[in-house]
Amino acid sequence: MSAEANTPKAVATNAGTAICTTCPYCGVGCGIRTDGVTLKGDTQHPANAGRLCVKGSSVLETLGDQDRLLNPEVDGEVVSWDQALDEVAGRFRRIVEEHGPDAVAFYVSGQLLTEDYYVANKLMKGYIGSANIDTNSRLCMSSAVVAHKRAFGEDVVPGCYEDLELADLVILTGSNTAWAHPIVYQRIVAAKQARPDMKVVVIDPRRTATCDLADLHLAIRPGQDVPLFNGLLTWLDDNKALDQAYIDAHTEGFQATLETARSQGNDWDTLAAKMGVSKVDLTTFYHWFATCERTVTVFSQGVNQARNGSDQGNAIINAHLATGRVGKPGASPFSITGQPNAMGGREVGGLANQLAVHLDIDNPAHHAAVADFWQAPALATKNGLTAVELFEAVSSGEVKAVWIMATNPVDSLPEADKVRQALMACDTVVVSDCVASGDTLACADIRLPALGWGEKSGMVTNSERCVSRQRPFVPAPGQAKADWWIITEVAQRMGFADAFPYQHERDIFAEYSALTAVAGQFGKRLDLTGAADLSADQYAQWQPQQWPLKGDPRCFADGQFSTPSGRARFVTCENPPVRQIGDAFPIILNSGRIRDQWHTMTRTGRAGRLFAHLSEPFAALHPKDIERYRLQEGGFVRLTSRVGDALVRVTRDTGQRPGTAFMPMHWTDQFSRRARVDALVPARLDPHSGQPAFKHTPVNVSDWQPRWHGWLFTAASPPAVEYWARVPVDAFLQAGQVQRYRLAGDADLTEQQLHDWLPQAAQWLALNDPATGHYRRAALDKDGRLLAWLAIGETLPVCDVDWLADCFADDADIQHMAILAGQPADAGPDLGPVICSCFQVRQKTIEGVVEEGADSVEAIGKGCQAGTNCGSCIPELRGLLETCTS
Amino acid sequence: MKRLVVVGNGMAACRLLEELTRLAPDLYQITVVGDEPFAGYNRVMLSPLLGGGTDEKTITTHPHQWYRDRNIRLITGSPVVAIHRRRRQVETAAGHLLDYDRLLLATGAAPRQLPVEGVSLDGVVSFRDLYDVRRLLSLSAARVVVVGGGFLGLEAADALVKQGHDVTLVHSRGHLLNQQLDESAGHRLQQDLEARGLKFVMQARTQSIEGTYPEEKGSGKSSSEKHRHGRVAAVHLADGQRLPADYVVQAVGIVPRAELAASAGLTVNQGIRVDDTLQTFDPAIYAIGECVEHRERTFGLVAPLYEQASVCASHLAELGHRRYLYADSATRLKISGIDLVSCGDFLGDKEKDASPGETQQLNLPGSYRRLQIRDNRVVGMVLYGDVSDAPFFEKLWKEKTDISALRETLLLGEAFCKRPGDRDQNSEEIAA
Ligand SMILES: Cc1cc2nc3c(=O)[nH]c(=O)nc-3n(C[C@H](O)[C@H](O)[C@H](O)COP(=O)(O)OP(=O)(O)OC[C@H]3O[C@@H](n4cnc5c(N)ncnc54)[C@H](O)[C@@H]3O)c2cc1C
Ligand code: SF4
Repeated sequence: MSAEANTPKAVATNAGTAICTTCPYCGVGCGIRTDGVTLKGDTQHPANAGRLCVKGSSVLETLGDQDRLLNPEVDGEVVSWDQALDEVAGRFRRIVEEHGPDAVAFYVSGQLLTEDYYVANKLMKGYIGSANIDTNSRLCMSSAVVAHKRAFGEDVVPGCYEDLELADLVILTGSNTAWAHPIVYQRIVAAKQARPDMKVVVIDPRRTATCDLADLHLAIRPGQDVPLFNGLLTWLDDNKALDQAYIDAHTEGFQATLETARSQGNDWDTLAAKMGVSKVDLTTFYHWFATCERTVTVFSQGVNQARNGSDQGNAIINAHLATGRVGKPGASPFSITGQPNAMGGREVGGLANQLAVHLDIDNPAHHAAVADFWQAPALATKNGLTAVELFEAVSSGEVKAVWIMATNPVDSLPEADKVRQALMACDTVVVSDCVASGDTLACADIRLPALGWGEKSGMVTNSERCVSRQRPFVPAPGQAKADWWIITEVAQRMGFADAFPYQHERDIFAEYSALTAVAGQFGKRLDLTGAADLSADQYAQWQPQQWPLKGDPRCFADGQFSTPSGRARFVTCENPPVRQIGDAFPIILNSGRIRDQWHTMTRTGRAGRLFAHLSEPFAALHPKDIERYRLQEGGFVRLTSRVGDALVRVTRDTGQRPGTAFMPMHWTDQFSRRARVDALVPARLDPHSGQPAFKHTPVNVSDWQPRWHGWLFTAASPPAVEYWARVPVDAFLQAGQVQRYRLAGDADLTEQQLHDWLPQAAQWLALNDPATGHYRRAALDKDGRLLAWLAIGETLPVCDVDWLADCFADDADIQHMAILAGQPADAGPDLGPVICSCFQVRQKTIEGVVEEGADSVEAIGKGCQAGTNCGSCIPELRGLLETCTS
Repeated sequence: MKRLVVVGNGMAACRLLEELTRLAPDLYQITVVGDEPFAGYNRVMLSPLLGGGTDEKTITTHPHQWYRDRNIRLITGSPVVAIHRRRRQVETAAGHLLDYDRLLLATGAAPRQLPVEGVSLDGVVSFRDLYDVRRLLSLSAARVVVVGGGFLGLEAADALVKQGHDVTLVHSRGHLLNQQLDESAGHRLQQDLEARGLKFVMQARTQSIEGTYPEEKGSGKSSSEKHRHGRVAAVHLADGQRLPADYVVQAVGIVPRAELAASAGLTVNQGIRVDDTLQTFDPAIYAIGECVEHRERTFGLVAPLYEQASVCASHLAELGHRRYLYADSATRLKISGIDLVSCGDFLGDKEKDASPGETQQLNLPGSYRRLQIRDNRVVGMVLYGDVSDAPFFEKLWKEKTDISALRETLLLGEAFCKRPGDRDQNSEEIAA
């Protein structure tokens, strides 16, 4: 796939010279070749070999200076970088002096590059002296990190993408791979096409798009992964399918784990019923697992984002250890990450319960080694606050200054409304971001303009440990700077200039690579020492490579693990307690990604075409529930949980289990009035990883019937109505980018209100039908170009929104009737010019009447009324008579 | 051969002659007597003629040759002054005595005179025939007051502005064309015409016309005689305003020309009474056009007259079984190049016991539309500017079509009401 950037937004600095870089979206980490004008997949990149999904291929459309943060701001005033950096350094230093290092915190993101992450981690842990640095990866990956560390002694993904193609059985659990990791999905699709006997099992309470590929879909009840995989262990034991030799030689703790698993019995009928699937399906799955040596189990958010997410990960890994299928070609557990550089962050140690390079804070030997390497005066000695705790500490006032980088916790954390309140009340909130408006930015005291994708330079690591470059190809807008530069400058101003001498991102990457030698001393697999001395040129030329940079794409194939004993550990996984579903909140709400959106849409939300797939926030429910709760398909539903509420559209989804609902995670207050799924989610955490249970929120649902519906196209902000959802339009006016809003409300509207929603205009088009509450407005500038468009009605006004969007182009042909209709005229056949203007009779109609025998002007009049009023067209009628009859 | 005499050579008469000579070319020996000294012309086109948009030749629909080709005798410039019904003979001012077997009266209407002092002053003119137009075209730059904001007054005023005169239009109502337009359209029209230099005094009643008089020797003359020799100086309004004027054009309606018929003993009320076959009280005498009264209705626009001409022609041709029934139709006007169409109960106030119904309005630069809807039926409309959809709306109105399915885009016209499937288009998956 390739995409032409058809907007003037992509500014090519080096048009014609293509560079290779890495997609800014999901953890697949596809390679991209672009010159800033055209863009295609990098055929040389091992992750995608030239393929790109729609998000990746439309990324150029999301570039440009629109809505970018361009200058540093302190308390709402634009200031110089010097002032801003002094202010940040000064406030952090003062708070540390007065309240100790734990009174400050960083909250960073899988969107940062490895270099940014490394510097932030070093500053917080080594020099400020607190481990209060956590990341949004906590929300997606931390349970997998715990599972890996518990099982392998290190956070290592043993397999690689190629395993998906080599496997005879691919199990996708808690992963809507088709939408969340499209290129991985395409690789599985291609493999299955090539080898149709390859089997795919999807384990998901929802029937997702991924299920199209499945030979078997196990729609287990939410939260049943541990019983499922414990049952698998029992089945393998019962059926003599264990790899006893492997268990004996390379693992420990098997007996206890098996006993726990067996405690739920081996009555498959009962187990199947408990999980909500048929026995045949359940045992088919077990049977396939037992017999397919080459099995890969892919897991992601559906497994991780649970109260027992760590255990769910270990239950999967247990089954792989029990069959000796770890790190072997086509046989491995495979956690895939959500973000482009979640892995990079995990490697450098940018989480509150890691030290650095896969080493632990509470291990004195690790601590000493890292302190020595960094020459750190105050290396943190205890774990810091994980994401949810961190914002609770902000709320309680324990943390008095927080610096948020490249993430949007006001939307992405559970109990998101509380997060907002906490930030609003916090002494000092610093936000580095590349966009100018966002729900988190709205809470910031200090705003720092950061570089965005296409501008910044550094390394990212994808889900298969492949380290590749993000390279810049457009100039920095305004005053925007690299995150690592901003952090380095602050570190220097806090008095740590000696430890932060970095001039270039390469300096940081080299230091980090050298530090991995320390990890090696403790038997860790993480090894980038090969890059410790790389030159500026080598850095510039870096080709995608998987660590440990030793040529073997897999880890642990030899059965040697990173634990002190060298053996992998089975982890006993208790079945989760059965939770009673209360009457007050009878529906279990799940959340996740949709195909064409990414995170909180700060980037994808700029490309209109990415809304073509799904344009509004929604809750998907089973038809039975729609009926039961008297909802309407396509209507609106208000969801309420113990902590919050949301108002979104209802979609019918027979793939949804009755009693459950699904909401996408992307919509923020920037894109809809009240659709932040995380405002509904209570902060219930996995005790081991601190990862919130996003996938399992009890909610109530009720129908909401708006009095009116509407569409609004404008470059201005949305009106304060009960419901709106925004989609950007590929058109730019002086006032900014045009946005399309779907509106609905239940308060009566006045004509004055409608007027107030629209900008100043030189000309107006207006349609009023007060009896049906139907109003349409179009605002035009003095040259007749469209500035804004509005339609309101008791039912949603009919229009062709895509056609309307095109009408905002500079050179659009603006036909007033069509504009108000919101659709091109269906003009019918061309009947030529109007001859009789009184009756609007056209030439071809008149000719038709003559051909049928009319031989006089009067006869023409009888036939089609032409000439029967003012008669001024009679001379022309005579002329037509003559030419037709001669 | 039977003899047919036609009195009046206006639009209705010409249309009848067209039809009759085609239906029964050899039935009658036809004589046409016209008061005006011209062959047949299109009166409607007098406005563009006055505005400079056309010429006399173009608007002449029936030149002398046309009559000769059909063996019709045309006597112009001489009115019929008497009908001797018993003798079946008419008499012209020039003294012709013409026998008839059938007589057709198509004498049209005359401008209504303002009921105020000073109407007979020099410089008080009307706008009815080619002669009036010639006179108006010969004025040198002057201050003109046009009285009456109906279509005739507006067309005269607009044409005179185009000729370079300083024109003020005085109208007794709050908005122009109040018979044909609602307030919005009337105001719009006023604005558009103001933009072209026409001035308006609205809600103004004309009180009197002031004159100037040449120095006179004796003064024994009566005041009416005196006026005959005076010239217009100004128009006085009821509120005391004085509008200086060199000319006054009165355009305050028309009166059917029925004196001739009345003096011949035919039944005349507002106009010459006719039945559904267009026969008068005397079975040998027919009447059509603005001079008639049919079922208590008189006429002021051309469309229904053509229908009368057609029905009457079939009776005269002795093929007659058709009846004339007034069919309410849309009024179509063009004022200063602005197309206007209106019809029906466009304010919703014409039916005593019915609710006014619902109003839909569309405002565009240069165009305005209003539909009045009652019980999901179009009961009236006003179109201003873009009238391309007039036939579509008129059809819905006449056929009393249930418009509920079309309602949302109805006002935007036929091109947006064709796709019945449209409702589903956004009905509406969130996947747009
Ligand atoms: C300036 C102007 C613009 C108009 N614009 C429009 C328009 O846009 N749309 C529309 O529908 N209508 C319009 N009308 C109205 C339309 O012209 C009349 O409805 C139509 O002409 C009436 O036709 P008629 O034959 O009844 O009368 P006329 O056309 O008036 O014909 C009657 C003729 O009879 C003659 N006559 C009268 N008495 C005698 C007699 N005793 N002896 C002999 N001859 C006699 C008169 O001199 C006259 O020539 C307009 C009228 C005018 C004046
Ligand atoms: S699959 Fe992921 S990394 Fe690849 S192009 Fe799509 S979003 Fe980017």
